[in-house]
Amino acid sequence: MADKLRAQQELERLQSKYIGTGHPDTTSWEWKTNIHRDTSSSIIGHPPLLAYAALAQNEPIAKIRAETIRKMFQPVGPPPPREGEELPVLRTE
Amino acid sequence: MATTSNMFLYSLTIQPPTTISQALLGQFSGTKEQQIITASGSRLTLLQPDPRQGKVNTILSHNVFGIIRSIAAFRLAGSHKDYIILATDSGRIAIVEYLPKSNKFSRIHLETFGKSGVRRVIPGQYLAADPKGRACLIAALEKNKLVYVLNRNAQAELTISSPLEAHKPGVLVLSLVALDVGYSNPVFAALEIDYTEADQDPTGEAGREIEAQLVYYELDLGLNHVVRKWSDPVDPTSSLLFQVPGGNDGPSGVLVCGEENVTYRHSNQEAFRVPIPRRRGATEDPQRKRVIVSGVMHKLKGSAGAFFFLLQTDDGDLFKVTLEMVEDAAGNPTGEVKRLKIKYFDTIPISTSLCILKSGFLFAASEFGNHHFYQFEKLGDDDDELEFTSDEFPTDPRAAYKPVYFKPRPLENLVLVESIDSMNPQVDCKIANLTGEDAPQIYSVCGNRARSTFRMLKHGLEVSEIVASELPGTPHAVWTTKLTKHDEYDAYIVLSFTNATLVLSIGETVEEVSDSGFLTTVPTLAVQQLGEDGIIQIHPKGIRHIVQGRVNEWGAPQHRSIVAAAANENQVVIALSSGEIVYFEMDVDGSLAEYDEKKEMSGTVTSLSLGRVPEGLRRSSFLAVGCDDCTVRILSLDPESTLEMKSIQALTAAPSSLSIMSMEDSFGGQTLYLHIGLHSGVYLRTVLDEVTGELTDTRQKFLGPKPTRLFQVSVQNQSCVLALNSRPWLGYTDPLTKGFVMTPLSYADLDYGWNFSSEQCLEGMVGIHANFLRIFTVEKLGDKMIQKSVALTYTPKRLVKHPEQPYFYAIESDNNTLPPELRAQLLAQQPNGTNGDANVLPPEEFGYPKAKGRWASCIEIIDPNNEEPKVLQRIDLEGNEAAVSAAVVPFASQDNESFLIVGTGKDMVLNPRQFTEGYIHVYRFHEDGKDLEFIHKTKIEEPPMALIPFQGRLLAGIGKTLRIYDLGLKQLLRKSQAEVAPQLIVSLQTQGNRIVVGDVQQGVTYVVYKAESNKLLPFVDDTINRWTTCLTMVDYESVAGGDKFGNVWILRAPERPSQESDEPGSEIQLVHARSYLHGAPNRLNCMAHFYTQDLPTSIVKTNLVVGGQDVLVWSGIQGTVGVLVPFVNREDVDFFQSLESHLRAEDAPLAGRDHLIYRGYYVPVKGVIDGDLCERFSLLPNDKKQMIAGELDRSVREIERKISDIRTRSAF
Repeated sequence: MADKLRAQQELERLQSKYIGTGHPDTTSWEWKTNIHRDTSSSIIGHPPLLAYAALAQNEPIAKIRAETIRKMFQPVGPPPPREGEELPVLRTE
Repeated sequence: MATTSNMFLYSLTIQPPTTISQALLGQFSGTKEQQIITASGSRLTLLQPDPRQGKVNTILSHNVFGIIRSIAAFRLAGSHKDYIILATDSGRIAIVEYLPKSNKFSRIHLETFGKSGVRRVIPGQYLAADPKGRACLIAALEKNKLVYVLNRNAQAELTISSPLEAHKPGVLVLSLVALDVGYSNPVFAALEIDYTEADQDPTGEAGREIEAQLVYYELDLGLNHVVRKWSDPVDPTSSLLFQVPGGNDGPSGVLVCGEENVTYRHSNQEAFRVPIPRRRGATEDPQRKRVIVSGVMHKLKGSAGAFFFLLQTDDGDLFKVTLEMVEDAAGNPTGEVKRLKIKYFDTIPISTSLCILKSGFLFAASEFGNHHFYQFEKLGDDDDELEFTSDEFPTDPRAAYKPVYFKPRPLENLVLVESIDSMNPQVDCKIANLTGEDAPQIYSVCGNRARSTFRMLKHGLEVSEIVASELPGTPHAVWTTKLTKHDEYDAYIVLSFTNATLVLSIGETVEEVSDSGFLTTVPTLAVQQLGEDGIIQIHPKGIRHIVQGRVNEWGAPQHRSIVAAAANENQVVIALSSGEIVYFEMDVDGSLAEYDEKKEMSGTVTSLSLGRVPEGLRRSSFLAVGCDDCTVRILSLDPESTLEMKSIQALTAAPSSLSIMSMEDSFGGQTLYLHIGLHSGVYLRTVLDEVTGELTDTRQKFLGPKPTRLFQVSVQNQSCVLALNSRPWLGYTDPLTKGFVMTPLSYADLDYGWNFSSEQCLEGMVGIHANFLRIFTVEKLGDKMIQKSVALTYTPKRLVKHPEQPYFYAIESDNNTLPPELRAQLLAQQPNGTNGDANVLPPEEFGYPKAKGRWASCIEIIDPNNEEPKVLQRIDLEGNEAAVSAAVVPFASQDNESFLIVGTGKDMVLNPRQFTEGYIHVYRFHEDGKDLEFIHKTKIEEPPMALIPFQGRLLAGIGKTLRIYDLGLKQLLRKSQAEVAPQLIVSLQTQGNRIVVGDVQQGVTYVVYKAESNKLLPFVDDTINRWTTCLTMVDYESVAGGDKFGNVWILRAPERPSQESDEPGSEIQLVHARSYLHGAPNRLNCMAHFYTQDLPTSIVKTNLVVGGQDVLVWSGIQGTVGVLVPFVNREDVDFFQSLESHLRAEDAPLAGRDHLIYRGYYVPVKGVIDGDLCERFSLLPNDKKQMIAGELDRSVREIERKISDIRTRSAF
């Protein structure tokens, strides 16, 4: 049992240290959000990729960089409602 | 072994990236002089601006073998030297110092803090150093921030603390600066977005609006920890921060730049906000808001508290922003801000970094295109530009306000002094030999918008011609000579004709001299200033020694003539037609004394060389004799062993020219070399041992088809060898790498050359070319590539060449840009239409007017072969169409007449990909390709991203579909099609019936065309997702390509499926083959894989030098041009592999990135040896070189030879 506990603690430590570390109940939304944020940060971190995007869109690199960071805020929309909770919009329908 | 490849390549950079992602100003040498450090790709470069000449010179360029993400400079209190902090992808922070004496970067500290690579939460994206040099903060895009305390110990050495954490989960950082707080606790300001709340809120209410916060992090130096001291919401569109001077210089705080506003913020001050003025003009959208993309703060010398900002918008307009302080009763400014002011300053190309030098210059590192160096004429203080103040505008970002406008105008405050060539971004590149020279040139399209250029790159040194004058006859040789030993400049030019000699004096004018004492009725073999004040002229019948007008004649023995001669200040050697060598030496009294014995050679002597008399000695101790029996002999000239043979070297052809000279070597000293030119056109350089006369370490290079002639010349106080063949070449020691290089001169072919020095031209060369006498100089030894460029209209997308004629066709398109027809319409609508045209500012500086969703696109015909390359014609595309692909296709149905095919898309939106229609335009060539005639266009369902000729028809990649078209009268006719790619075809290559298809995301697929059944059948595809950008077929089985992440790779089809696909009647098998893991039945094998850092935009297989082997040349978006040279034998591979592994250990990358992991960034490096790392061998200190050489069981020279050989054999 102690082993299981230690594994659990280790996983929690990883999850807090490295954002995006999965767990058995990772939802599709969490996974997608995470992948999008990782992708955006990689594009920003590689200057040639950012230049490529800026060149294609014919915008300054700095502008594309800021836009890409803003996209990381909520890349795939709001999270789905938790179990038991429903969106108020849905309830009215 | 299964793990190693059986194909090996050597990767070399022939042109380093020219992009600048960040530039920093500082006193890195520890002197008062300001220098600029730039980060370009993986290179850290030190630039030295020269205010007197108005130039920027590169002093040092260091490849750190890692991605430089951010750099910062800091200075410890009381020190005069700036250190550099590097934030790279190594997961480590490196502090680097520049050592001016040895011209090197030296690492002082390297602290590991996290995983390597570019990751979301590993710090490295942002870096800020406290202005007083007490701490630095390194931050990741999300969550993590680390503060390092910088200090000095008792020995005045820099120390670095362990990191202090200032992490906060769920926070994205947009911008980060250090606050100027004087000597109170260091504070860093970050512009942050918190997403934790939005991530928890399923209603989407919290995520509806992004809220940006300005957060202060304070490092408490006493308690040694970091606190989140203050935070306040700012304009949600904010994206950039600038530091405002503090302490005694100003109010401290930051400028927060957002959409159409610049706001001053500080924890103890009120907010002040000014709008960014919009451009006024007929073609400008009056509703468009500008953002700040870069800027600089500059403190003025002398007066405390005087500072200003230059902020640049996304149009390139610079605005001067100043702060006004509240004044106290006495009229002195207090620490309280009264208002913020903004006014238009000037317009320059969009920059990534701006550096204002104390000497009154501005270095603007452009994000695309050439970097510029400006001088300030004035600071825009007293002009009639409108100034806007914060008094008139609300501080609340949501409050309504009236936008303000200004009118852009040509430069008024700045003057452009120098434009530094930059190929960034390089979009496409072709290699062709259009000038008829022996080596091909590189043609590429680079730049963006109206600053796009077509560039021709040629390997060579720039030559400036001083004189080219016609002569009465055609001389076959030329010399210059001084009159006495102490003369500073040359006095005579001596020309030898077939039966006469002409002596010219050098002065204000060049005139013939009649009283020179020279025998003018015979040809001359050699001329030399001898002893104190003598001159000798050697002609076929004898030696004429002229001392102060008196002439001593030595006659050649009867029935013999002199065939070769060599002389220096003290010695003369001649070779007679009988093969005898006669040696003379200067006596004490200044007369020539003949050595008693003659030395007989076995064959006819073709050339002789003596070499200069070494400083402090009486004579050069060696004589080199070249004979027509293909040998070179070294004879001793020591008094004890005069004319004794010391060594002999057999050659592959008869030597045509010899030159003994000492040159700078890579050890930092001087080495005596024997340079040998052969009749076959080969040039050899061997080391001549100064004691034994042994010849060792031969390096060779083929220069051209003619016999090579060698001359000693001087360039930049360096002895260089001028080698003449079908082109003139210069051999010299490269000032940056210290390696010996042989570079062609970009000049007419010369028959003879000599050193030339006069008052007007200290270090020149004189040469003859047919009946022309030419005097020229080589000014810069650093630049080995000559660029010629021609301006294009819009951002280039693709470059194609006419199949026979030397013309190029570039397709260009700009997104969100007003096309010319709409521009003209808007201008015509202008009320004061009379002066409408005069209002149009040149788009090169001001850009094109923007319009969302609009495309401006054209096709341009370029003639590169002109004296100055030029654009012959421009065809604008209309109806919001933009060109995306182009090809020249010969149609079999039209007697193989070639047509230009251009693929376009209508109303395209790039992200997410949208369009309304696609077209394929067909153009007919007229006047050998100088003119194009539009024939017809065919509507298709999607913009075709790839076009190539295929068996007399057109092959187009349209979305996922591969389609064959033939040319019809009204439109293109569909012949065959198949869906072959998973996502979007972006690149096509073909050989025979085989087609290689590159997908935008899913790698490469091989397709076979079955003519009998008219079917296109995929049979092999890829194992990993390669985001292909370019492809080229290396052979029938293999394809080389590059992807968006910066990898270059070679893939090969497995043997059996490859053979089976071409067997007649195999289509039935192919159609019914079982698909393997949802793909084609077979998979490609990866043969080579290499991470280049730059994003490859084109790749071709070609040869680059005369007689060189085929290499793969790739071009990168940042302006890199690289080559991959295949290894021929296994022995070399083993040698370079072990050299590379030694260098990895001995010369570990500066920023702490592991070289092997760096080159295997996405896929482990396979089959490629990093030549850039191997070439760093010559820069190592001597003891390390010796050690590596010992381990490899070779001599240092041998290793250096191998490294230089592999480069010179196939590249430059």
